[in-house]
Amino acid sequence: MNPIIEEITKEQKKTDIPKFKAGDTIRVHAKIVEGKRERIQIFEGVVIKRKGGNSISATYTVRKISSGIGVERTFPLHSPRVAKIEVVKIGKVRRAKLYYFRKLRGKAARIKEARR
Amino acid sequence: MAVKAILGRKIGMTQIFDEDGELIPVSVIDVSPNAVLQVKTKEHDGYDAVQLGTGDKREVLSNKPEKGHAKKAHTQPRRFVKEIRDLDLGDVEFGTKELTVKVDQFNVGDVVDVTGTTKGHGFQGNIKKDNQSRGPETHGSRYHRIPGSMGAIINRVFPGKKLPGRMGNHTVTMQNLVVAKIDAERNLILIKGSVPGANKSFVTVKNAVKAVAK
Repeated sequence: MNPIIEEITKEQKKTDIPKFKAGDTIRVHAKIVEGKRERIQIFEGVVIKRKGGNSISATYTVRKISSGIGVERTFPLHSPRVAKIEVVKIGKVRRAKLYYFRKLRGKAARIKEARR
Repeated sequence: MAVKAILGRKIGMTQIFDEDGELIPVSVIDVSPNAVLQVKTKEHDGYDAVQLGTGDKREVLSNKPEKGHAKKAHTQPRRFVKEIRDLDLGDVEFGTKELTVKVDQFNVGDVVDVTGTTKGHGFQGNIKKDNQSRGPETHGSRYHRIPGSMGAIINRVFPGKKLPGRMGNHTVTMQNLVVAKIDAERNLILIKGSVPGANKSFVTVKNAVKAVAK
């Protein structure tokens, strides 16, 4: 990559992102702007994919079951609209992208916890 | 509206977060201070214009007339030179010292037109060049990728008939692009979206002629 572009993006990147990967359960503190007020909404779920490494364009997708319906949200990794990411559980999976998770329901849609 | 313009070199594309926290695509253009090579006036040349130049080059690459022309402006010959009509330099006198045009004339949110030379694709057929569709591959079809009928039989082809030929390497202006960020320290201008041309190619950034408030 061009060194100038690297410099521009470097200022925009966050440095306090915890280590997490697909299969982990995380809690995303997303900032929501309502008019002028700003509040924080927590989105907790399983990371089903991470994309883009540590680049400025990197994103991750979190899936949760909300009142019986699967909900997925994709956040830019370095987004200033995300206040904090908490890693709740470290999962043991054999894939980098857990697309098969979308088809699973109930007991099947569980991930074994990894021993550290 | 006063004309604002600067010449630069496209570096590449990336993404940045704007003040709302939204990730937007940007083209990065290196706009190191442009040298003013000549000032044309209505009295002397019949119209008002300023000749700008950017990009350094080795001395061996410029000939004597070029060097003399640059010497008058107290600067060196430049790789990319372009004349901008009605560019206002303010209250400065040309010919006494080196004059430059800097990026700080633009502001974030300005609507600009960017002119550049598109990537050359060489000799291409109608499908790639003119977005035509191909015929069937099989079922006895012999109509695969050809341009089709030449039109009515009048012993000539109508002007403007789309035929294979050179694609790209045209001068193209993209209108109404928005300035996303100005970096006066590093002499960069970040423009939302793409701009014509390959990386390292020269572009002209000018305030939009058909500016709409965005």
